[in-house]
Amino acid sequence: MARVVFTPNIQRHVICPETQAAGRTVGEVLAHVFADNPEARGYVLDDQSALRKHITVFVDGTMIRDRTRLADAVGETSTVYVFQALSGG
Amino acid sequence: MSDKLLVSTRKGLFTVARSGGIWEIEQVDFLGDNVTLTLTDRRDGFNYAALDHGHFGVKLHRSTGNGWEEIAAPVYPPKPEGYEENDMWGRPLNWSTARVWSLAAGGPDEPGTIWCGTLPGGLFRSINHGKSWDMVRSLWDDPKRRQWMGGGADLPGIHSICVDPRDSKRVWVAVSTGGVWFTEDSGASWTLRGEGMRAEYAPPEQAHDPIAQDVHCLVQCPTAPARMWVQHHNGIFVSSDEGKTFTEITGVEPSAFGFAVVVHPREPDTAWFIPEIKDEKRIPREGKLVVTRTRDGGRSFDVLTKGLPQSHAYDIVYRHALALDEAGERLAFGSTTGGLWVSEDAGDSWACVCHTLPPVYAVRFA
Repeated sequence: MARVVFTPNIQRHVICPETQAAGRTVGEVLAHVFADNPEARGYVLDDQSALRKHITVFVDGTMIRDRTRLADAVGETSTVYVFQALSGG
Repeated sequence: MSDKLLVSTRKGLFTVARSGGIWEIEQVDFLGDNVTLTLTDRRDGFNYAALDHGHFGVKLHRSTGNGWEEIAAPVYPPKPEGYEENDMWGRPLNWSTARVWSLAAGGPDEPGTIWCGTLPGGLFRSINHGKSWDMVRSLWDDPKRRQWMGGGADLPGIHSICVDPRDSKRVWVAVSTGGVWFTEDSGASWTLRGEGMRAEYAPPEQAHDPIAQDVHCLVQCPTAPARMWVQHHNGIFVSSDEGKTFTEITGVEPSAFGFAVVVHPREPDTAWFIPEIKDEKRIPREGKLVVTRTRDGGRSFDVLTKGLPQSHAYDIVYRHALALDEAGERLAFGSTTGGLWVSEDAGDSWACVCHTLPPVYAVRFA
């Protein structure tokens, strides 16, 4: 199962502990995470289940490309990081 | 008369209370977060607060008396596969709540019903105090809805909701930019109203088209519901027939441009506005912050200045940031530069509660 880690900045709004989740794609992994933590779903995904505009996901250090269908592959031992983009000076 | 205000700001929700004749900040909630709007439901005393977390989306919270709890936020339905819809800039329109721009309680015969208007134009209704929301598909699916455009924001949105105090099934909503829409069957069907409004920024052949109107704020007199007032992008308009037709009020000094309007609860001819130099600049004229008040249906206006800054004031007052209490005596407004003023004499004089708040988005009597 993949290891899933959320940005510390989201914890102020909704608790998202590090967890393990099964799935062959980012979408499958996150679906399992949000099945156990449904309150977090709307903080990461928009109404159409795409990544929110300023959220990004890295799989094993590589930023995913499919922000809409979340089809980027996840390995059995992958680490999935859910970050928010930072901007400003 | 109300002794409490909820002030929504860029950096938190400020509760301001009157004690010993003085209005003071009593409590701060959501400090550091962007609170965009509140609703106090007078049927049950519940408070609702809309937050925009930016990266993490738009959220709703509810207080039933013991702190705030997050409740469901309106969620747009899945966009049909292959369905194409672009916004006015040619970009694909994301069917996703971009802002909660209006909240209104349903009628006394429908406890728990809350209406919610959003960007990019979806209207939602909850029948369970915000536990869940359903989009009003009849309005969203109306082909004319695709003619709505962004005004101050990139996307169109519903900023005003008026529920008929005589019949809860009758509801008006106003859109920037998209005119005034009316249902008399709880949202099952809608008609476009607002004949008589004029959009001076539109091409001549569209200037009088009701759907081209950039209504900034629509209010309805609770005891004379046929009377509606509109603060429009290029003027002030008044209706005496439930928004079917409007008449432009001309010659308003110092300006007919603004965002906010409130109407007296028992005197339909009495309404208040906060004028600015129109859209090219959006600042008070000559740096003087004033409130205008008509008591004769718009034939004349008092320019109210007592207690308000009359030099180098650059305060903008957004459409939800002017409030009137149910008695029609107390007013309050907050500005983009963090000022908050209260009047206890229908606007004749004002007291500054604070001038160092974060930018104020909404002011409501609780």
